[in-house]
Amino acid sequence: MNALAAFSPEEITAIRLSLRVAFWAMTASLPVGILVALLLARGRFWGKSLLNGVVHLPLIMPPVVTGYILLLLFGRRGPLGQLLDEYFGIVFAFRWTGAALACAIMGFPLMVRSIRLSLDAVDRGLENAAGTLGANRLWVFLTITLPLIVPGILAGMILSFARSFGEFGATITFVSNIPGETQTLPSAIYTFTQTPGGDLGALRLTLVSIAISMTALLVSELLAREATRRVVGL
Amino acid sequence: MLEVTVRHRLGDFALDANFASDGGLTALFGRSGSGKTSLINAIAGLIRPDHARIVVGDEVLTDTDRQIFVPRHRRRTAYVFQEGRLFPHLTVRQNLLYGRWFTRPLQRHGDFTQVVDMLGIGHLLRRRPALLSGGEKQRVAIGRALLASPRLLLMDEPLASLDEDRKAEILPYIERLRDETRLPIVYVSHSIAEVARLASTLVILSEGRIAAVGPAAEVMTRLDLSPLTGRPETGAIIETRIVDHDVAFGLTRLRAAAGELRVPCLELPSGSKVRVRVRARDVMIAVREPAGLSALNVLPGVITEIGPSDGPIAELRLDCSGDALIARLTRQSIATLKLSNGKKVYAVIKSVAFDSRAVGRGSDMAKSADVEAVVAEDLFSGATRRDHQSADPAPAAD
Repeated sequence: MNALAAFSPEEITAIRLSLRVAFWAMTASLPVGILVALLLARGRFWGKSLLNGVVHLPLIMPPVVTGYILLLLFGRRGPLGQLLDEYFGIVFAFRWTGAALACAIMGFPLMVRSIRLSLDAVDRGLENAAGTLGANRLWVFLTITLPLIVPGILAGMILSFARSFGEFGATITFVSNIPGETQTLPSAIYTFTQTPGGDLGALRLTLVSIAISMTALLVSELLAREATRRVVGL
Repeated sequence: MLEVTVRHRLGDFALDANFASDGGLTALFGRSGSGKTSLINAIAGLIRPDHARIVVGDEVLTDTDRQIFVPRHRRRTAYVFQEGRLFPHLTVRQNLLYGRWFTRPLQRHGDFTQVVDMLGIGHLLRRRPALLSGGEKQRVAIGRALLASPRLLLMDEPLASLDEDRKAEILPYIERLRDETRLPIVYVSHSIAEVARLASTLVILSEGRIAAVGPAAEVMTRLDLSPLTGRPETGAIIETRIVDHDVAFGLTRLRAAAGELRVPCLELPSGSKVRVRVRARDVMIAVREPAGLSALNVLPGVITEIGPSDGPIAELRLDCSGDALIARLTRQSIATLKLSNGKKVYAVIKSVAFDSRAVGRGSDMAKSADVEAVVAEDLFSGATRRDHQSADPAPAAD
């Protein structure tokens, strides 16, 4: 039993890195996720189906393909990577930020879907009522729509976090598997399984992974229940 | 005061309506699908008509010819929807104060405490809408609209989703709004009973067009419109004043231009204004002054119009010293009694015909006695209770 609790420094690093990557992937994609969900739920513009397709692509494409596309675009020689490096000093390639980007992209469709579903469920009549009471569109969104979709936003955040936490294919393709920089928990498990005598390490990290995923699920369930209760007003 | 011209096409349905009203409560009456809601939505700015000119007071809200379209949130046309549409995540108090955030202090009218008291919702302020009854929700919705300091109040069938008891609970509040505030109201309804009680001006819509506009009492007694108002409910509106109460028999005497009416006791002080609806089916016609009759109300009048009819039943309109009445008779009776325009007759109305649905009121709160089982519910909602027995028997006018 003791062997199961004796984490090596590398393992601790991998766990902490995974948490950091998942947290930033979730947080950074949230505003964009809300915006895209709004566009898809409410917008009427040319190319809406195209946007919808692009957003959902990471869900159906092999993760390795997504990772390779990211490498092409955001790698040191990629057009976007060069641009960001030159003007903003932001580098994604082979950095933990790159892992976060890959995870954000992979979790994005789940987040957007969840927020969009809750937007579809909002009674437009309430928004109209707020409008006749003097609220402009921004105020209607902030005081009516946003509070009503909070359960969907929370669910979307948790889904994105969980997806990021488990992301492997796109991450390893895009930013490789560098201990301490891009070796997230799944990559570390993979490395252990490829190393003689790494079974115990793999098992430890697997248990950690299960525990964190379970916790995320339970927390999301609780938050969603509480948020729904508040929104419905019971 | 209020000027509305709207031409709008929605699929197969064409709305082409034009009316004006000078304050009070303007009722838009018509069957479902007649375009009432589209019209009121155009006033609120919720739809953008193909062609429209909408003026409230001295402000043009929509004028398609001049490219004017004031957005909904700047119109100050508060809207009470059929389903209330209270914000579920806010308390009753937050709902009520919602519109206040968006009004400039100078434009504010309507005092919070006063509105809450008038609607009797003080005990609900901390609750969430999900826990309110239908009637309570609608009262909060009305309060929320009033507290947004509107220049025009729009109400789209605010009672349609309520049962009879709840309707009876809300009606007096709307009557008070009409009588105690100077706020013009546009009220959409497909219930002639509601319209008869509430409307100052009546607009009848049929298939997207205006069939009639005018003072409610006048439009209600136009015989040519009775197919639109729904024949069983056709009737006249008479404005009266309470003369006194007959405690022994539980009756209230009302004075109208047409003469005196006795109705089941109303718990209102003598001198109060009362609006009475007399349904055509409740009016009998006698050619001589009747005697030995149980009906208490006999009003002399002159026939002014006999409506066309190819069925067994026809309607005729009487002028009773200025008040118009409609009577529904068989064509056989009309022939037997040799009724014709200009003939002097007597209209006979049973007192029990004035049930709760037929009697509305002016500016004071009221509560009627349970003289007739049917009377009680409608007028009163437990606001100010006045005991009619304590009301002074006023000196009988003649």
